[in-house]
Amino acid sequence: MSDKVKVTIDGITVEVAPGTTILNAARQIGGDIVPPAMCYYSKLEGSGGKCRTCIVKVSKGSEKDPRPMPKLVASCRTTVMDGMEVMNITSPEVIEARSGVVEMLLINHPLDCPVCDQAGECDLQNLGYEHGLQKTRYEFERRTFERIDIGDKIQLHMNRCILCYRCVFTADQITNKRVHGILNRGDHSEISTYIQTAVDNDFSGNVIDVCPVGALTDKTFRFKNRVWFTKPIDAHRDCPTCSGKVTLWYKGADVLRVTARKDVYGEVEEFICNTCRFDKKKTADWTIEHPTHIPDTSVIASNHYETLIPLPVIQEDERLKEANRVELEKTTKF
Amino acid sequence: MEPLTSKKKVLEKKPLTFAERMYLPAITKGLAITISHFFKKEATIRYPEQQREFSTNFRGMHSLKRDEEGKERCTACGLCALSCPAEAITMIASERKPEEKDLYREEKYASVYEINMLRCIFCGLCEEACPKEAIYLDGPIVPSDYLRKDFIYGKDKLVEAPLEKK
Repeated sequence: MSDKVKVTIDGITVEVAPGTTILNAARQIGGDIVPPAMCYYSKLEGSGGKCRTCIVKVSKGSEKDPRPMPKLVASCRTTVMDGMEVMNITSPEVIEARSGVVEMLLINHPLDCPVCDQAGECDLQNLGYEHGLQKTRYEFERRTFERIDIGDKIQLHMNRCILCYRCVFTADQITNKRVHGILNRGDHSEISTYIQTAVDNDFSGNVIDVCPVGALTDKTFRFKNRVWFTKPIDAHRDCPTCSGKVTLWYKGADVLRVTARKDVYGEVEEFICNTCRFDKKKTADWTIEHPTHIPDTSVIASNHYETLIPLPVIQEDERLKEANRVELEKTTKF
Repeated sequence: MEPLTSKKKVLEKKPLTFAERMYLPAITKGLAITISHFFKKEATIRYPEQQREFSTNFRGMHSLKRDEEGKERCTACGLCALSCPAEAITMIASERKPEEKDLYREEKYASVYEINMLRCIFCGLCEEACPKEAIYLDGPIVPSDYLRKDFIYGKDKLVEAPLEKK
């Protein structure tokens, strides 16, 4: 007997190691059948099971017990069994339930995408676009919180939080000592540092990357520019604390923002340190590799060219200015 | 070639009378037409003192709107600049300070908002893209000027006049 189990997702069979979750099995197939995930993060141990956007229908439990599972299950937390048959996008029930989940997630989410720095690369925005309704049915006041200052590098917007716990797991697992967590319960739950002290940790900036919404954003990039006007370019540097592999977000000749590289599921490939993220914002600090690949379907794909030669930036040329002085004066003389 | 019909128009060729040779009937006819126009409604108006009413869907100069309380609606989300096919719009966003709360509607606002009127094709896509109902092309025709730089309209020309204090 082989140590692999067979699982069929939307009619596509794949052999995976036992103990793999349905979500990860789907990711091994790839494509449209991968359930979306707001809270599950493959790099963070213990994440998942909170947002329910990854729910799927198990139409056949296993080869030994072919009964279907009674309810839709969270694919990030359910491990595969041999002969399991899973329905994701082929099941109207799943699609309907998922749009219900999206609506629930959006109940308390403020509609401040025009102000939010995450807009354009926001998982919730994409999910809402794919599954959500045009308008909300919720008639009550949205949940609001007092603004808390959690340091000069990271901006916390608690109103936008969907309580995915990703940042808490990051703080637990990546950083050495835990500096922030969830306070209160239920509807009042809130991400916070306990004594509102600065999150001073070498890797604390990674909470920005793991946040699926705009609850944790980069203060050094705050309101600088919209994501879709900036050009992502892969670069690296020799960093003593981290791998130094990052994506630089250019506007013209300036690096506006540095983030970790993200894969197709929006998860970072390697966590980067705060020095790389916040302090190295000059082209000279980095070795440029190539423009980041962006799928054509992305909102930030417009005007994005994946050529190595960067777009020309007009420089002040004194000789040229002198040669054209007479002509230039004409334009201002009247 | 044989004529296709048997119809024939017989032209009478009389010699012109003296008055006709002096163009008198033709001149009177022409003058009558001209004089009749004196009593008709004028086709022209005295622009720019007098201006015709625009149609309701006319798209003229842009204006950046204020809300009921006189705060600027624009939050510098950049969707107008993104939708602009002529790339005429640029903006720089800033964060609102606590003392500016009655100037701007949201915590982010456009500190610089420029439209290059030479580039603008008045398609109205910015108006359509705006999620905050902040920009409308409801102004007059953009006036002519001499210098290129004078066609780059900043917030001083675009933002609506502030509400009058009661």
